[in-house]
Amino acid sequence: MSSLPRILVGVKRVIDYNVKIAVRADKSWVETANVKHSLNPFCEIAIEEAVRAKEAKKVAEVIAVSCGPAKAQEVLRTALAMGADRAVHVEIPEGTEKTLEPLAVAKVLAKVAEKEKADVVMLGKQAIDDDANQTGQMVAGILGWPQATFASKVEFADKALTVTREIDGGLQTIKTPLPTVVTADLRLNTPRFASLPNIMKAKKKPLAKLSPADLGIDISPRLEILKVEEPPKRQGGGRVASVDELIDKLKNEAKVI
Amino acid sequence: MFAATRSVSAAAKLAQAARLASARFNSTLVLVDPSTGALPAGTLNAVSAATQLGHPITFVVPAASQAAAQPLIDNLQPLAPAKILVAANDALAAHPTTPELIAPLVADAAKAAGATHVVGTTSAFAKDVLPRVAALLDVQAVSDVTGVVDKDTFTRPIYAGNAIATVKSKDAIKVLTVRPTAFAPAAPGSPAGAPVEVVAGATAPGAASEFVKEELVKSDRPTLDAAKVVIAGGRALKSADNFKILYDLADKLGGTVGASRAAVDAGYADNSLQIGQTGKVVAPQLYIGCGISGAIQHLAGMKDSKVIVAINKDAEAPIFQVADYGLEADLFEAVPEMTNKL
Repeated sequence: MSSLPRILVGVKRVIDYNVKIAVRADKSWVETANVKHSLNPFCEIAIEEAVRAKEAKKVAEVIAVSCGPAKAQEVLRTALAMGADRAVHVEIPEGTEKTLEPLAVAKVLAKVAEKEKADVVMLGKQAIDDDANQTGQMVAGILGWPQATFASKVEFADKALTVTREIDGGLQTIKTPLPTVVTADLRLNTPRFASLPNIMKAKKKPLAKLSPADLGIDISPRLEILKVEEPPKRQGGGRVASVDELIDKLKNEAKVI
Repeated sequence: MFAATRSVSAAAKLAQAARLASARFNSTLVLVDPSTGALPAGTLNAVSAATQLGHPITFVVPAASQAAAQPLIDNLQPLAPAKILVAANDALAAHPTTPELIAPLVADAAKAAGATHVVGTTSAFAKDVLPRVAALLDVQAVSDVTGVVDKDTFTRPIYAGNAIATVKSKDAIKVLTVRPTAFAPAAPGSPAGAPVEVVAGATAPGAASEFVKEELVKSDRPTLDAAKVVIAGGRALKSADNFKILYDLADKLGGTVGASRAAVDAGYADNSLQIGQTGKVVAPQLYIGCGISGAIQHLAGMKDSKVIVAINKDAEAPIFQVADYGLEADLFEAVPEMTNKL
């Protein structure tokens, strides 16, 4: 039996970061049908970090978990193809993902972390759809574990992690005892591409299915979405021919210098 | 006669009790970043958002002791709070921003004060602490609020600012971070002499992380969130040394320098200078993007600037679609020329 830590990595399926999103005509949400989805970029970084730690023999096992409708299994397979050992899918009905909130996800992850006896819960710092930046902190709060958010460097030591964090004025380094929660910032690593053989192998890796009810968790939303609108459009597009004209316009037209 | 007098006084007492109760059960806590003695950037903006909620404001200052928090308390008094709470834990002396220590103190204080709202400015500190506070209170936090519709209803950007959601909270306590650029800073008056109270932990915090070190970027220039002029550079700058031409222009205009993710990833600029969805959100009077294409993720951090200027060689760069003034030019010629002519 290994005494190395086990890592649980939370992953989310979101609209691909390159997609120019459109607000639904009835203002209920953004259009998600027939839109390319992929693994949230910050989750990709979290998976990569966990897999690298496993490759460096610093962790025993990497478990990917996602809470979402059936299609969330796509991002779990991606995580498995990147090197996660097995996956847990906490399934919710199609269409309810838009009201699935960080607090509910955090409760799910905390429960799965306990069930799987994880020593580290690793997440992305934020999902690029709801831009909440809450789930990791909430998991830590619920479990009463320390947290190391916005990590740009993680070193595994005995029973602790040394984490460099991106804070407003620069960088901060902390030492966090295990068990702990870490959220990944952009500069933590460059995620690998899953190779075709690994994608094939990932199809055979174990993927367990659960529901929030199995875990005894109520995922009903606390926030009511009243409407979703397009932001005000800017009237851009004006051009100037020279630096002189630019300075003149900034001084006399816009009056900002 | 006596009876009448008594009943009046009883009514007055009741009214007074009701007033006290309403004061006690309608208050807004504003969490203050304790890492410097000065008023941290964004606090004044958070105060003006909190004022819109219509309840008296109580500041919560995490600190090792009241004495340690005194410089900050002195700076907060002119904002006329109803009260200032020092959330005290000795361990904060070594690591003043430890969320594991601060969150239970803030959650307990919110419960004890009967607070309806707990507010912080959207900063690395509040983003770290407030979701943890919300989890301890079992409420869903609302991040990066850009508008207060009423005390339960807020607007916030989603999908990198490409949609604005209006959400209504059903929770008893609303935990909010507010986007500083969306609220005008509150104007401090003369020191009010609000009572200062020390709250210690009712809940024992669990294991906490230890502080090892901090490497902060030193600069005499205004901070990104406070600058009236921001000159931002992208990958086209080609090296960290070339950023000097942006600093020269920034100095001429009394502004500061920011960067795109590409420039930060390439090592041309420090990560703390990144503007965008995952970096800082700025809304200066004047933003000048130099060699920045204008990816969705960058626009998320600057498109509320009053005036946007783009200097780019590529006529098709998406940033020209949002720029008020676009100059198609080589930045290595245009930027020094502009610096010289100003």
